[in-house]
Amino acid sequence: MASLIARSPLAGQAPLVLGRLRLAEGRPGPITSLARLKDRPLDALLEAAGLSFPAPNSMVSTETHRLVWTGRDQAFLFGPPLEGLGAACAATDQSDGWASLLLEGPGAEEALMRLVPLDLRLTAFPQGRTARAPLNHMQAILMRTGPEAFTVLVFRSMAQSAWHEIGTAMRSLAARAAIG
Amino acid sequence: MRITCPLCGTRDRREFYYYGAEDYLHRPAPDAAPETWDDYLHLRDNPAGETRDLWYHELGCASWLVVTRNTVTHEISAVELVAEVSA
Repeated sequence: MASLIARSPLAGQAPLVLGRLRLAEGRPGPITSLARLKDRPLDALLEAAGLSFPAPNSMVSTETHRLVWTGRDQAFLFGPPLEGLGAACAATDQSDGWASLLLEGPGAEEALMRLVPLDLRLTAFPQGRTARAPLNHMQAILMRTGPEAFTVLVFRSMAQSAWHEIGTAMRSLAARAAIG
Repeated sequence: MRITCPLCGTRDRREFYYYGAEDYLHRPAPDAAPETWDDYLHLRDNPAGETRDLWYHELGCASWLVVTRNTVTHEISAVELVAEVSA
């Protein structure tokens, strides 16, 4: 078989720095969707790994893994798949299906709130909070990963659109700041 | 208009897709009378007052919801997960 080259959804895209905000492609690594199945011991398996099934709009992290709530009885596991996962839930590999965008800098929420109809200020959306929410018309997964940092996941096919939309919001904010 | 998803919290109406009357949850038995099936498929009440509809949280958690609302006052009095209503 020919030697294939794996490309990330935004391969070749240089980070966009405007004002104090920086947008870059993230490399989330393996992503596994976990969906609960009746009478399967998912909680015990997660507990053994130091994790627990996250409550809606939140995530649970360890040094090696991050488990993010993504829907009713469903969460995305970031990090190497856990041993025995297939027997404990409906586990599907999502790694190549999503594009990850990292937005960092003071006031990052100002840019995102131009596209997401949620209150993303630190007081309302603190570190560790997540949301399934629209980024304009895109079905995104939002994570507050730091006081001034967000990770946004969109379907891989929408990587360029998401990049363009967030970039446009950043440009508008930078232009406004330049006017004073 | 805002709908409070039982999982995600209060969200804007644009995140939701409207499906129709709650009647869709009450599917007749396969051998039910043709009149029962006709009723299920085609006949709907049009109340001035409380009504129960199915909505889909399309741009959020992808849950199906039963929304109880008042067509006169536009008040939304309850939002439940279909999974729990029909369990």
